[in-house]
Amino acid sequence: MIYLDLFLGFLRVGCFAFGGSYGAIPLIRDVVLSYGWLTEDSLTNMIAVSESTPGPIMVNLATYVGRSQAGLLGAALATFAVVLPSFVIILLVFAALKAMWAHPVTQAALGGLTPCIIGIVLATGLTMILSNLTGAAGAVGIRELALTAFLAAVLFGAKPILKKSVSPIALILLAAVLGVVVYGI
Amino acid sequence: MKKHIYWELFQTFFKIGLFTFGGGYAMIPIIEDICAEKKQWITHEDMMNVTIVAESTPGPVAINCSTFVGYRQAGIAGAVAATLGVVLPSFLVIYAISMFLDHFLEITWVANAFRGIQIAVGLLILRAAIHMVKLMEKSPFSWTVFGCSFAAMAVIDLCALNFSSISMLLVAGVVGILFYLLGRHREGGRKV
Repeated sequence: MIYLDLFLGFLRVGCFAFGGSYGAIPLIRDVVLSYGWLTEDSLTNMIAVSESTPGPIMVNLATYVGRSQAGLLGAALATFAVVLPSFVIILLVFAALKAMWAHPVTQAALGGLTPCIIGIVLATGLTMILSNLTGAAGAVGIRELALTAFLAAVLFGAKPILKKSVSPIALILLAAVLGVVVYGI
Repeated sequence: MKKHIYWELFQTFFKIGLFTFGGGYAMIPIIEDICAEKKQWITHEDMMNVTIVAESTPGPVAINCSTFVGYRQAGIAGAVAATLGVVLPSFLVIYAISMFLDHFLEITWVANAFRGIQIAVGLLILRAAIHMVKLMEKSPFSWTVFGCSFAAMAVIDLCALNFSSISMLLVAGVVGILFYLLGRHREGGRKV
């Protein structure tokens, strides 16, 4: 049943979304690809849309996937499921479990979880970059390579040179314009 | 009177949710400004406290903070009102976008734009990961877990294996606890 799948799938994401917005991306990718709810391409498109709209990426993706699979009710369920664990856990921590959260064993578990999620996010980012390098023909495309190199130079070069980091929306807009130019010709 | 505070919480967080792009940390200074400075619902110290705890609990820090402020101000119902308020704008915006995105993507130049955008997304995730590595605790244990997780995930992704990253996180949590217990055991051994 799709409603139950959506609820449980996103509840799992919500429970393990340590490490901020980006930490949730590999988990959502996992759930969404394993159920076959979205293709890799449409997921990446939606990440970009989420970056450019209000709200945390995790919530945006839940709403989108929920709607694409099961309409308004699906969207509401998936969003509810993804937010529920953060809601319950923060209340529990402040209402009753502050001592338990500060307990060395809990902190030790978090000490294992945190570097793990960072490794997962790094691997996900690199895999996405690599898979984007493949052009329509299946081999590494010249246009993809050029776009990747140029955007990487802008993203990572701006801070040391201009002393100002590029915002996600700015990079996405630049990439959109370049995409239209490079693939339009 | 009671009803009034729920509505005010909802309204306030709805506005915060509506005007914060990209989510996450961008919301924190805005929440602090409105809730600690203007409305005086919580103190700056509370805000700092909750941000620190929120960083180690699941979910976006902004949502955690909203839930907390609502709870402080008006109990569980207040927490629901604030959380609903902060989530609803992104829900509505994404819902509206998702109704026409697929048709929109059928236009050639839009599809081309998104081919460029996909490349940007991978790079943005890479930058976020590098930022996270910089903030990571630099102990041999952290580096080991980080390295193993990275290698495992890379193999899983590149070979398209079916292994959930959540199971990996569970393993990492257990390893963290075992490492801690082992360390304590050793210390205990030395003392005796």
